[in-house]
Amino acid sequence: MAIANKLDANKKIGLYLAMGVVLAVLPILIGGAFGNSWVRTLDFALLYIMLALGLNMVVGFAGLLDLGFIAFYAVGAYGYALLSSPHFGIHLPFYITIPLGALIAAFFGVLLGAPVLRLKGDYLAIVTLGFGEIVRIFINNLNAPVNITNGPQGINLIDPVKVAGVSLGKPLEIAGYSINPVYLYYYFFLILTVLVVIMASRLQRSRIGRAWVALRENDIAAAAMGINIRNIKLLAFALGALSGGIAGGLFASFQGFISPESFGLLESIMILAMIVLGGMGNIPGVILGAVMLTLAPEFLRDVIGPVQMATFGRMIVDPENARMLLFGLAMVVMMLIRPEGVWPSKRRQAEFKDAKKG
Amino acid sequence: MDIFLQQILNGLVLGSIYALIALGYTMVYGIMGLINFAHGEIVMVGAMVTITVISTLMGAGVAVPGPLLVLIGLMVAIPACMLLGFTIERVAYRPLRNAPRLAPLITAIGLSIVLQQVAILIWGRNYIPFPPILTHETISFMGASITELQLMIIVLCLVIMGGLLLMVEKTKLGRAMRATSQNPAVAGLMGVNVNTVISATFMIGSGLGAVAGVMVATNYDQAHYYMGFLIGLKAFTAAVLGGIGNLGGAVAGGLLLGIIESLGAGYIGTLTGGFLGSHYQDIFAFMVLILVLIFRPSGLLGEKMADRA
Repeated sequence: MAIANKLDANKKIGLYLAMGVVLAVLPILIGGAFGNSWVRTLDFALLYIMLALGLNMVVGFAGLLDLGFIAFYAVGAYGYALLSSPHFGIHLPFYITIPLGALIAAFFGVLLGAPVLRLKGDYLAIVTLGFGEIVRIFINNLNAPVNITNGPQGINLIDPVKVAGVSLGKPLEIAGYSINPVYLYYYFFLILTVLVVIMASRLQRSRIGRAWVALRENDIAAAAMGINIRNIKLLAFALGALSGGIAGGLFASFQGFISPESFGLLESIMILAMIVLGGMGNIPGVILGAVMLTLAPEFLRDVIGPVQMATFGRMIVDPENARMLLFGLAMVVMMLIRPEGVWPSKRRQAEFKDAKKG
Repeated sequence: MDIFLQQILNGLVLGSIYALIALGYTMVYGIMGLINFAHGEIVMVGAMVTITVISTLMGAGVAVPGPLLVLIGLMVAIPACMLLGFTIERVAYRPLRNAPRLAPLITAIGLSIVLQQVAILIWGRNYIPFPPILTHETISFMGASITELQLMIIVLCLVIMGGLLLMVEKTKLGRAMRATSQNPAVAGLMGVNVNTVISATFMIGSGLGAVAGVMVATNYDQAHYYMGFLIGLKAFTAAVLGGIGNLGGAVAGGLLLGIIESLGAGYIGTLTGGFLGSHYQDIFAFMVLILVLIFRPSGLLGEKMADRA
């Protein structure tokens, strides 16, 4: 028995090592084959993985349907941007701004969570949607009479992350080779993504994670078993928002520019779609969903135009339009044929089977 | 004081439109416990189809008075939207009736994205002006003014809503609807064809949505593929405010929300000493939504339903 366990552990370590090697060389392969813009897409995939894992704690684990998650991403992004850009002339290092932005986002998470503790399901979804819109409206309008967010113009010239004196925003020269910033950011994001994955899976297996599942399955029974429903809900909102805030800060530093446009309802829906299509509550499923939905649009952008030119000789549907149309259709079709997602957790798969029977 | 009365009047116009849309949300919610997220898009389609019909007729040189043209447009738009509502229910909601509740919510969001994109394909991304066929004569009323058109919107909304309430109270279909919303299984045992009732509910709501869409388009003199989203959300807020599932509540909630919004937009500047301006208008609906759900989740006229999940 002990030997079998050890073998399993060895296998696991081997698997992790293999995954680590693949992830480390992935941008080099992709960048070499398809160009740096695809490495940039990989960077975004990592950002979205962090975001989706954050939302998954709230929706997937605790069962609290949140349609305004992008608000926390926005708070993190603006937190970073205001503290490291010429807008206020403040330039703090990232190891202060990112945690600070994340903490402010977590505070907003509690701010949202506290008043809506009683709500569930659709009602909660609508309220969180409204919360997200309120945050966006404020960001959009807080440029007068006191200019805080610079309104619809957004904030420009945001400082890139600097690690040990090396700026990730500039090409890095090593031994005559110049490394493009998209690679530098890839490795930086990869490390943080791994940390978020570890945090999420540790949380899932912890007392808190089990309490979340109990809450999701039956809140009354959970309360009867001595779980403090209020605290555990607030913790879900806060920790989810924290991950969202981290991702937001990274987004601001990576882009160098943010505006309210990036934080609309559609983005919230996109992240929700990532976890639903991937497999809610299952960490590998959520990662898969985030990667699918980040890569698919880029891929479609490259395919839809040329295919139309080849078949009709002109553009009938512009790629952006076609992309959104397919996205909407995919959401509907997916729910109809496989509502549990591509890679669901075993428990949820069983639930959906029961629901179909009854 | 003039501003006060003016804002109340504006609020009534806006509110009666919200109320009409809110009825669509509340009927579907009352019967199926489902937020039909695509309802706002049906409103948009109603406006777009009407504008298209009117422009086509005008382009063909048909010379009839403006109101008649709008009526003809509605005669096309209402059945079109009813068919759309019927199809949406059949394709996207009926197969998921017993699924966990997240599934229909996601299909609803997906559908609303699909409808918006199809609208872009047909009508483009730009604002489409409403043909200038209706006169905008203003009537002065105690220092405030209202256009004839706006007055007509209010009256028409009240008439339609009255008709709907009568239908639900007096007709056989209305009784079947009430029975289904009480308990679909038992209603089925009593000989009510639940599927037919649900289809009918979707169609009636969508027809009302089409009318509301045209009202919005005439009131703002334009339509847009994205117009359904915000107005749908506000109408939903109105439904929640009045007590979702309750028809009278939807009407009261709609009117109240319209007035709150106009007064809010009119006075927020003075109240905050110029710090916040009227561009914060859209915030009021969401604030109201959150406050209602916190303090009285059952709405003004509804039963306790906050636990519904």
